[in-house]
This record gives sequence, C-alpha cells and structure tokens, in this order.
Amino acid sequence: MPKLTINGTEVTVDAGKTVLQACEQIGIEIPRFCYHDRLQIAGNCRMCLVEMEKSPKPIASCAMPVNEGMVIRTNTAKVKKARNGVMEFLLINHPLDCPICDQGGECDLQDQAMAYGLDRSRYTEHKRAVPDKDLGPLVETHMTRCIHCTRCIRFATDIAGVEELGTMGRGEHMEIGTYVEKALTSELSGNMIDLCPVGALNSKPYAYTARTWELVRTETIDVHDALGSNINVNARGREVMRVLPRLNEDINEEWISDKTRFAYDGLRRGRLDQPYVRKNGKLAPATWKEALSATAGAITGAGGGSIAAIAGDLACVESMTALKDLFDQLGSPHRDCRQDGAQLDPSVRAGYLFNTTIAGIEESDVCLLIGTNPRWEAALVNARLRKRYLRGGFRVFSIGPRLDLTFPVETLGAGPETLEAIAAGGHPFVETLSAAKRPMMILGQGALARADGSAILAAAWRIAVTCRLVRDGWNGFNVLHIAAARVGGLDIGFVPGKGGLDVSGMLDGASSGKTQVVYLLGADEIDVRRLGSAFVIYQGHHGDAGANRADVILPGAAYTEKSALYVNTEGRVQQTKRVVFPPGEAREDWSIVRALSEAIGARLPYDNLAELRQRIERAHPHLAERGVAPGAPWSSFGHEGRMDQAPFRSPIDDFYMTNAICRASETMAACSALYVGSTAGKTGTHG
Amino acid sequence: MSAPAAAPFAFTPANVEQANAIVAKYPQGKQQSALLPLLDLAQRQNDGWLPRAAMDHVAAFLGLAPIRVYEVATFYTMYNLRPIGRHHVQVCTTTPCWLRGSDQVLDACKKRLGVDVGETTPDGKFTLSEVECLAACVNAPVAWIGDDFYEDIDGASMTRILDDLAAGKQPKPGPQVKRQTSAPVSGAKTLKDA
Repeated sequence: MPKLTINGTEVTVDAGKTVLQACEQIGIEIPRFCYHDRLQIAGNCRMCLVEMEKSPKPIASCAMPVNEGMVIRTNTAKVKKARNGVMEFLLINHPLDCPICDQGGECDLQDQAMAYGLDRSRYTEHKRAVPDKDLGPLVETHMTRCIHCTRCIRFATDIAGVEELGTMGRGEHMEIGTYVEKALTSELSGNMIDLCPVGALNSKPYAYTARTWELVRTETIDVHDALGSNINVNARGREVMRVLPRLNEDINEEWISDKTRFAYDGLRRGRLDQPYVRKNGKLAPATWKEALSATAGAITGAGGGSIAAIAGDLACVESMTALKDLFDQLGSPHRDCRQDGAQLDPSVRAGYLFNTTIAGIEESDVCLLIGTNPRWEAALVNARLRKRYLRGGFRVFSIGPRLDLTFPVETLGAGPETLEAIAAGGHPFVETLSAAKRPMMILGQGALARADGSAILAAAWRIAVTCRLVRDGWNGFNVLHIAAARVGGLDIGFVPGKGGLDVSGMLDGASSGKTQVVYLLGADEIDVRRLGSAFVIYQGHHGDAGANRADVILPGAAYTEKSALYVNTEGRVQQTKRVVFPPGEAREDWSIVRALSEAIGARLPYDNLAELRQRIERAHPHLAERGVAPGAPWSSFGHEGRMDQAPFRSPIDDFYMTNAICRASETMAACSALYVGSTAGKTGTHG
Repeated sequence: MSAPAAAPFAFTPANVEQANAIVAKYPQGKQQSALLPLLDLAQRQNDGWLPRAAMDHVAAFLGLAPIRVYEVATFYTMYNLRPIGRHHVQVCTTTPCWLRGSDQVLDACKKRLGVDVGETTPDGKFTLSEVECLAACVNAPVAWIGDDFYEDIDGASMTRILDDLAAGKQPKPGPQVKRQTSAPVSGAKTLKDA
C-alpha cells in the first residue's frame, strides 16, 4: 500500500487508487467535472489540478495513480491559479444563463465558479453557439451549456450499454451528439441528467416547472418494479415535481430507471379523488358513508364463501394484511396476490425470493435466465448484470426469447423442453453450471405465470439442487418479480387459504356466478371481462381497468401519499414516506379497510398504523427488520408435473406501461409510442 | 450535422481483400486499430467522400458501434463527409506558405476555377480547400491534389496545373521550379563546396 504526503499529512491508500481518491480519503475536497466514481476516468476537464513535487506543472489528480513517496499539495497559490485558469477557459463558451437554467441552484459549474472562478469575465470575443440535439422525450438538451466532460458518453457506453453518444468534430467545433439524430434507446437514460454537471442535459418533463430551492425533498422508495429503488421525491405544495435517485449500494447504486424517474406525472392524472357507487348502471359520486355501507351491504349479503379478494401490483403490506384479517373474520379463504397467476409456492420463502441479492450478482460467474427479460422487468438488475459482465469472466445464458440485454447472452432454447433437458442432466449446459464457482439462476414471471408454472418451478428447483446452486454462503436460486406488492403479499400469506380459490378460480367463479363479490385492492392487470355479474369493489388510486368495472370505488393513496411497507424481490423490507397528501377524499389504504370492517360489524383490532405494524411484526417477525435481505432457509418447492411445450415469453410487452400510474402518465405514453410502437419485434427486447 | 443520405455501400471484392489484409496487420482482438486505413479505403472507393452508409459498413466490418466510427470520421479533416469534386485542391496557407506567396496561389485557383474556398465547380471536377500546414514548408508554397504534393508553386504554375487536370492530363508532381526535391534552389551546395 503506497504511502504519500498530502498537504503535509501522511496517508496510506490502496494501490491503484488515484491522487484524487487519496485526497478524498483524508477529507480534502478536489473540484471536478469529468471525474465520477462510477464512470471510467477521462481526465479531460482539468479542474482537479494539484501540485506534485518533482513535476514541473500541475497534474490532473483524477487520472494520476498514487505512488510511494508522492508529495501532493492542494492548497498552494499555484494550484489556485491553475484552477482559476481552467475555470476561466470552461466559462469562455458557457452562456452564463443561470437565471433561466433548470440546473441553476444545483449546478456543479455554478458552485465551483463561486469557489474558483473570477468575479468578472475578461473574454470579449464571440461565444460559440451549438445547436440542441433531440434525444427523445426524456432528456432535454441545451448544448451551448456543455463543457465536454463526456460523463454522458461514458454512462451510455459503459453503464447503460448503448453506444449511441459520442463527440463529433474537434477543437472549437467539438459537439456531443448522436451524429444521426435519434432518441436514446436506454431504460436508464434519465441518469445522464443527474450526471451532467451543468445544464446541458435536463429533464424534459420537469423543464421550467420549478426551481430547486422551492422543492421539499422526501426520501422514500419506488414501486414501479419489484426492486424498491431508493428515491428522493421532490414536491412543491401538493404536487410531485420530480423523482431523483438516492444512493443504495445494495439495490440501485445511484441510478434509477426511466419509469421510476418519469412516471410521476401519472400521479396527477386519472386519480380517484372521491368514492363512487354505481347507480342504474352508472358510477355516481358518493360520500364515504354511502360507499362503505354499499360495500358492507354487498359483503354481508353474499357471505364468507362467495366473496373473494385480489391484491394488485402496487398494494402495500399494511392494506393487504388488513384485508386478509377482514376476510379471515368473514370466513372467506378466497384471496390472492398473484394477479398474473404466477405459480409461486408461498410456503417456502427461499422459493420466491431473489436469494443471491442484487449486489450478489457481482460475485457470480455464470448466470442462467429462465423466461425473463431483465432489461424490462428490472432495469437495474440488468445494469448489475452488465456491470459484472464488464469485469470479465461472466457468462450469461438464457432460456426464452432472444434478448438484447446490452451484453452477450447465449440462448440455450426457447421453452420448457430445454429446461427439462437441463433438469434431467442430459444437457451439455449442466457441466458449465456445475463447474461454476458461483452459479446463479434467475427465474422470471414469464416462466411461472402459466398453467404449468408449478412444474417449471419444480424443474428449476431440481437444477438448483443437482448443479449445486445453493452451497456454503451462496444461494444462486432467484425469482425476479415485477410487482412491488408480490413478495409482501406472499410473506403475509395473501394467498388462497384452505379450500380457497386462486385468481383464475375467482374469475371463473365470478363468470359462473358462484363468486358474488370481488374485492380488488388496486388490481387492474386482470381480465375484468371475466368478472361476470359479480359485485366489484375497487380500492385504489387510479381510474384504470378495475375502477371502470367497479360497482363501488373506494379511493386510496398512491405510493407517494402514504407511509407503507413494501418487500422487494430480494425480501428486503422498506418503507415509503408520505410526500404529499392523497387528493380530495382519498384515504390511506389500510384505514379504508379498517373503516369498512367497522361498517360490516367485524371491527379490526387496530386503530392506528403503529398498532397495525405491531400486528404484522408479531405475525411475521422477519418483516420487522428494515432495509436488509437476510435470505431464507432452503427447502423443496414446486410440484413436479407435465410441462406445456409453449415457449417462455416475458410478461412485459411494454416497459413504459406496466401499472396504473404509468398508464396515466403522458411522459410514459410518449416513450411507449416512440420506443415500443416503432421497435416492436425488431430489437429483440420485445417479449 | 448529419451527412446527406446516399445509396447503400459495401466494399468491392477487391477492397474486401485489401481490407482483410489491413486488419490482419493488427493483433487479434485489436482489429479496431484498422479503422483509419479502412475509412480511407472506403473514401477512395466512394469518389472521395464518406457517406453514412460507408461509415456504417466499416463499423460492421470491424464490429464497432457506428458512433465510434462517426467520432473518428468527424475528428479528422481528411475524411470528407460530403460529396467532393474529382480533384480536391488543398492549398496550404499557414505562415511559411503565406510568406512565400500562398495568397497568389489561392487567388489563381479562385480565378481559374471560379469558386471560393470550400466550394465545388459546377462540373464537379474541382473542390477548393484551404488547409493548415502540410509539413512541406521547405518547398513552400504547397498545394495538395489527390495523392500528390505540388511544391514551389506560384499563381502561374498553379493555373497550369489546374489546366492540365481539367484537360485530363496528369501534371508532374513535386517542385514546379528547377529544383531537385528539397535541394537548394541556387544549385548544389554540399559541405565539400563550402
């Protein structure tokens, strides 16, 4: 470990670190624009100049590896003068339009110009102007502001894995662009906005809507996929203005997907802001009292055996627990949280978790994807797989549709026959998987949400056992969920009780008239036409498919409007926080169920959120610990059976349209029309 | 700044052979090093300029993302991204050539061709460009046409060269005055003479 002296202080750092990192280690801040922890080093902005003994000129500390006996100075007059000069050059062509720039107030250039810049410009010649580029509906460009740090290029090339951005021309005429005008085809493109140290890349939907200092920031989590990415929701008054990522090395590092970032405008549109009751075939506005008594009447009229409940993809643990408790009291075993019909085995927790953990992907050396397209189902899992691939010595195989995941994937087959061959041990891939040091398997909902899902789960279990995916300190068996609610629902047992019907059974029952009342807890992704003549109660926040069919609508709160628990695909329990209040008459979901229980006369035994959480933690102690993924004991799951030979397909046909919030979002609609509408069936990412 | 659209492009069989020979000069896994010569080959095949189709073809040939090829092609001024005349007349106007009369050379070109710098004659035969130092200062002023340098030129000799090219003749490259390559103009001077 080299030892060096920085400003007279001796410091020992790991070999291979840079001078800039060594300075950071002892708390010396070095100004920078192009350097970023997670990107490759470029060394082109020159802002991080420091003095090094025996070097005739200042060195770029971000690109200089540490060496034994180096003597570095960061606080001399020479360093200050050098940085002053660099800043003056950077500002030569910068428009200094901070008052109308969205980056103003959170701009690296603005901040560092305060610290290292001159108080006036000596430049009197013409400034250059650069035409703006059209990078699609998410990223707005003001290329005249660009200082050519190339962070966006490095992000696109390395992390997003789409080589589409580059530097065109040279010298005075250099521009960042795509050469051929096109929208960025990445699910992570929004992160470039965060990376851009100036106002060159801005958020298009957020453009000119707020200034950063007006915003109230709330740290919460995302529910658009099953990862529970950590986010910071910025609101002004009663409106969510934007969504930014928050650092969590275990889940999303410092990135978020474009859906997480840009679907927030869906929170303002198509909202259910008051109760409705269907009268003479038409939904009519009603008071809470009317809506609850109509609901209570229908439920008590039908009786325990003929009422059923389906929890949707965005339901929180609290509301599902309350609804389950209510159904238990009413004597109905018919409840299910797997609205896509996934044949998951709720009795073995390890059988439905992403056991390796997302960060654990980085230790793996062979990965088998079964019926999943991680790029669309969990964009940040795909980013981790790519990160692992870039380090080398990592092979990815797939059973399912051909995929463009931004790294090479070897397709072994299309469907269950290949899976069966591997499970039976006759396939040459068995050797590859068994010989791997840290093999992993990712089982997607595309393989499980089908009639033979249980048999497929059993075959996957057999592969996990024969190829020793589970060994000391390593569990390579993973189920990748796409719904934020799913693991929480399975954890608390929101699945059919003894003799209970699953989702397809309930829909059959509703069609035939056997199931008289169906309670949809935010369930929109079911075939509502099969609800027949059943009395449908919809509790949720958006006027989507479920609300359209409903006889009573109980308006609930979206994920930014309540404090609620979600369990991510790794089994990590996290909590959302209330950023804004639910609109109009809408209420937090658990309290709606609690109020309904009172109307029915089967009062639930908790009066506030704290008591409900105590009840959850008592019944399911593993939900008491927040933010960790301790895993679960391994045992056998799935039921051997005949497998249908139909090929696997990803459950997501359109990355931008997966839940009621996205479907209400204009930004997501624009993305869907641009990316999915025009590229369907061409890129291979389309299931 | 995207290039004009053009017909599809592919290397001719002879050029494929040559391209493979160029790629083979580089170690296994470093094929992208052949990018510069391959772009030159493509440009020669395509009447002196590189349409997007040609850049895409080279990208596919080397297994590179197209953007990496666009970056290189836009960086170097010797790749022409727009159609160009049959003869590309590049007159050096950097200090040594300028001191030796490059202004007269450039004026002669403008007069003879009837176009300004950066323009192509209506018949498509000539494109006139002004370039920076061609590294032949010892024979200044210099003009570069096709693969040849024309050295020690003045207005009259430049006009003659252009006349010859227009007539389909190949003017003699090198010094246009009585001089052997870069040897002194005033006759042989060696250490022996001194």
